[in-house]
Order: sequence, then structure tokens, then C-alpha cells
Amino acid sequence: MNGFEWIVPVILTVITAATPLVFAGIGELVTEKSGVLNLGVEGMMVIGAVAGFVTATLTGNYLLAILAAALAGSFMAFLFGILTLSLMANQVATGLALTLFGVGLSALIGQDFVGVPVEKLPQLNIEGLSDLPIIGAILFGQDILVYFSFVMVGAVSWFLYKTKAGLILRAVGDSHDAAHSIGYSVIGIRYLAVIFGGAMSGIGGAYLSLAYTPMWAENMTAGRGWIALALIVFATWKPGLVLVGAYMFGGITILQLHAQAAGLDLPSQILSMLPYLATVIVLVLISKDESRIRKHAPACIGKIFHPAA
Amino acid sequence: MKFKSVISLASAVAVAGTLFAGAAAAEDKIGFVYVGPVGDHGWTYRHDIGRQAVVNAFGDKVKTTFVESVKEGPDSERVIRQMAADGHKVIFTTSFGFMNPTLKVAKQFPNVKFEHATGYKRSKNVSTYSSRFYEGRYVIGKIAGKMTKSNVIGYVGSFPIPEVVRGINAVALAAKSVNPDIQIKVAWVNTWYDPGKEGDAAKALIDQGADIILQHTDSPAPLQVAESRGVWAVGQASDMHHFAPKAQLTAIIDDWDGYYVDRVKAVLDGTWESKDTWGGLKSGMVGLADYNKAIPADVVKLAEDTKNAIMDGSLKPFAGPIKKQDGSVAVPAGEELDDGALLGMNWYVEGVQGKLPK
Repeated sequence: MNGFEWIVPVILTVITAATPLVFAGIGELVTEKSGVLNLGVEGMMVIGAVAGFVTATLTGNYLLAILAAALAGSFMAFLFGILTLSLMANQVATGLALTLFGVGLSALIGQDFVGVPVEKLPQLNIEGLSDLPIIGAILFGQDILVYFSFVMVGAVSWFLYKTKAGLILRAVGDSHDAAHSIGYSVIGIRYLAVIFGGAMSGIGGAYLSLAYTPMWAENMTAGRGWIALALIVFATWKPGLVLVGAYMFGGITILQLHAQAAGLDLPSQILSMLPYLATVIVLVLISKDESRIRKHAPACIGKIFHPAA
Repeated sequence: MKFKSVISLASAVAVAGTLFAGAAAAEDKIGFVYVGPVGDHGWTYRHDIGRQAVVNAFGDKVKTTFVESVKEGPDSERVIRQMAADGHKVIFTTSFGFMNPTLKVAKQFPNVKFEHATGYKRSKNVSTYSSRFYEGRYVIGKIAGKMTKSNVIGYVGSFPIPEVVRGINAVALAAKSVNPDIQIKVAWVNTWYDPGKEGDAAKALIDQGADIILQHTDSPAPLQVAESRGVWAVGQASDMHHFAPKAQLTAIIDDWDGYYVDRVKAVLDGTWESKDTWGGLKSGMVGLADYNKAIPADVVKLAEDTKNAIMDGSLKPFAGPIKKQDGSVAVPAGEELDDGALLGMNWYVEGVQGKLPK
């Protein structure tokens, strides 16, 4: 391969590796911005993956499959909401349980679908544009979910920082007592944020089972939900940085695989560790600088809200 | 199947608790600890087929339990201990990383028998068993060497342990014997099971010129990538042609049924002894799936001849002369590597690209 030809397949693979992280990350970001820490991302993703896959094999309709994945993720998130918001269970424990529940439940739902092949999510093909050298395949040859992931990052950013509703959501996350005392429904807003997070995680999962590796296999998310959680810390709760981080996390994995295949002598174990190392470093940095925490991290994250208090 | 979801939950937090308690005393309990989900369609799936063979063979006399998706390391120790404490007669631990936890628990439960797959440490109540997968891989290497047009074979590796390195070397030796220009490119994913990452590794290898994808990881994702990119691939652990009807040349099939039935029988008869079993093509522990119709007849014949020669002992995959990656002589002509050397293999043979991670 000569010139920049090699870079196209690398970028194409990075995009598929990053997209599920973008969805799960941006959804959980909204959840966390409202002051709720939902560690069940992995569980919601894997449920979305199986729901999307099952719907796609039964109906052959991808739009329906994506919708089903979003609904399934939302349903899981709704359960989490009932437990943590209405019944005031501990968010960390409930989130962990949600992951375990999701992995088990998805295996149960998907047991008849193991080994069933499904057509890959169709990719955009615009006459002329998609055939352009280098940028054609990258910009105009993706499937709908890739474009949608970028739209969602933009939409979430706009919503959080440019709309009144976004301001209210952030207020709820920063000081639920203050938001409550001026008349906002803290619990209601948090339900919506949690459910949105579930829907996005579900779509992220569906991307795995419909586009990334079009099949159903138990536990196929293989820890991507946890990476998404790390990603939000890495991004210091900023939507744009979630996107950057997802592509960086995905990119490191893909680049090290290519480096190995090319015979370059890079320590693959250390490279696999890099995203997490970067997250820890960011955590240390923001913990040292209080102004950064105040600026973007939701102050009430993980705290239970008692309306009566 | 509700039991199953409960089980995954138990394995992940490793608080197996009293899940397994309360079985009737009349039947003997047989335990299995799996590293992946039984639905992985590969490694763990085949072990679970073996468990079902035990159920079929002994019926009401035994009760089998399994815990799936158990992480290697401390989690596995808790799961194994719980099983031992719950009165299992024999416990099969089916991943290399369960080795030390198995031995540790075995020491505390001298009356429970343990069977550890792919390990090398034994004790009075711990047996080890494994398959000479490399025999199957040697046959595949011959096919791959004949079928490649780019002379590049891509190999998706899990962890750089002797078991995996041996497979890579067997393929390299066989492929080189029929095609001297062959190169083996290896991508390590540092996991046994992550469909996304395994698929990514396959993509990277294909982008680097490989037109045959071999794998030593547990999901069918690499085959699926091969199918969509129009290159060849070989299934791992079980027949995966559903995922790649055009791309799968053949598949290595693990067959634990006979071994599991024999060992459980020995436990029930009271004749169980600690020993090491390393069966290959001949014993039926390793098999090959049906050949792809696209493989020319002469290549099929070559593969069958190779298989038969290994089975009758006239062909030893690791017989000299063998050169290491740097060209130095590893095995002189007329000699062959013994099992000890095979079990500790930590070097590449000539033809494998890249450096073996330490």
C-alpha cells in the first residue's frame, strides 16, 4: 500500500469501534448531568444489542430494530429509576445489579438467536460522493447510526448549554435542593434523563449487534459499557470531549492492532491499558483543580434526593 | 433458563452463596467452571456439550452444575471453593487461568477431585487434560498454505501463552512446507472473548494483506469479518459455518465428550487417579469440520493425508529440522520436540512476523 491508502481502512475501523462508545457515553452524560450515576450502562447496552438483533432477524426492519433497542434500554433505565429515584436505593449498587441483570436477561432472550446471521446495517451510498477517493468512504459511506451519533452529540451539547430545559437539568444535577425549592420536579427530570441514557445505551448496543459484528453472542458488549463510563470522566462531563474520547479510545485499540499486524514492535498490553490510564490521569488532574470540578462535574452526582427534606 | 441468568450473576460477583445447596444426596454432583458464556459458540460451548454428554451417559446418577463467564483470577477461586464446599464429587475447571485457584482449593478439599483443562500443574487430587490442538492446526496450515494467494496468513491471538504460540508455530511449519514464501502475521487482542475486538483484529490483518484468517479466540467474529471481506477463515473450537458459509475452510473442533464421560465414570467407580491426558486427532479430542466445497480435491487429499499421517504417528508436526524466527536452529533434523518443550513453547518459528510479546 502506498501514500495514504492505508489510512482509509484504519479510519473506517476506528469509526465502527468508536460509535457504540459515543452513544453510550452521550446518554450516560445526560444521566450524570442530572445528578444520577447509573453504572448499569453495560447491562443496558447488552439488552439493546439483543433487542435490536432479535427485532432485526424477526422483522428485517432496521429502523424498528433500532427503536426496539432504544425502548429496551429505556425500560432497563426505567427499572433503575424506580429503584433509585422512587424507592431511593443506592445508585452504585443498583447500577451494578442492573449490569448483572442485563447480561443474564439478554442471554436468556437471545439463546435461540445464537448463531443466526443477520444482514449488516446498510451503508449510505450516494452516487458520485461515496466513490470519492479517501473521503468518499469515510464521509459518505457510513451507516445511519454513525451519522446519528454525531447528530446526538451536537443535540445534547445544544440542549444542555443553549436551552432552558438543559439549564434546569444541570441545575437539578448541581443542587437538587435548590432546584426543588424553586419548584422543579427533581425526580421527574431525573427520570427523563435516566431514560434518555438508557435509550442511547440501547442504541449503542444495537450498533454492536447490527453493524459492528452483525450477530448475537452472549455478553458481546465485553466491557464497552464500562469504557463509556470512564469516558465521561475522561471528558470531564463535556459532550464534545465524549466524542473526542470515544474516537481516541477506539483509535488506540485499532492502531495497536494494525501496528501488530504490520509487525511493529509495540507492547500490545500497555497500549490496551492506555485509555484507562488516561482516565485515571484525568481523574487525578480534575481532583487537584477544584475549579474544573465545579465547572462541569455535576455536584449532586450519586446523591439520593429526599423531597421532604 | 432462569437458573442460567442467576448463575451469570453469581459468577460475576462471585458470591455463589447457597445457590447450589439442597441437591438430593442420592446423586453425585459434578461441577463445571467456564471462562466464557455457554453461548459463545466456541470454547465454552464445546465444554458444555461435554457436560451434556455426561448427563446423557449417567442420567439420574449424576447432577451437573455449571457456572459460566467466570473471570480468571480471584473470582474463579471463590467459585471453585463454593462448588467444592457444596459437595461436588469432581469439578472441571476449563480455562488455563483457573490453574492456581484450582490447586489452591484442591489442597483444602482433599476428598474432591479436580480436573483442570490446559494447565500443567497437578497434585494428588488434581488431574490435567488438554487437546493437541496443534495437530489440527498443522492440517489447517497445509490447507492455508495452498489456498492463500497473497502468501499472508493472519492469525488472531488471545494471549501469548505456549498453548497459543504452539498453534501459530504449527500453522507456520505446515504452511511453509507447502509454500516457502508464506508469512504469518499475528495480532494479539489480550482477551479470549470480545467479538468486537476480535473482529477488529481480523480487519487489521486483512488490511495488511492477509487473505486467510485463523484465530485462537473464542467468538465467531473473525470469521464473520472474513466472510464480509471475501477472504478465507478457519473456525475455532466448533463448526462455525453458520457465520461464514463461504469463508470457512474448515474448523477445529474440540470434543470433550469421551473424556468427560470416562473421568466421571472413574469417579463414580472409585478408580479415579490424578493423571495428565493430552489427546489429539487420534483420540478424537481434536477433530476437523467438513471441508469447504471450494477447496480443490488435491488440497483436500493433502489435508486428509496429513491428518492420517499424524494419527498413525508417521508425521510429527514438531519434528526437525525446525528453525526459529531469527534463523537459528531450534530442532536439528532427526530430532523432535518432546511434550515438555511443547508445553513451554515461547518462541516463534521461521515465517512468523513480529515479536512475541513477553
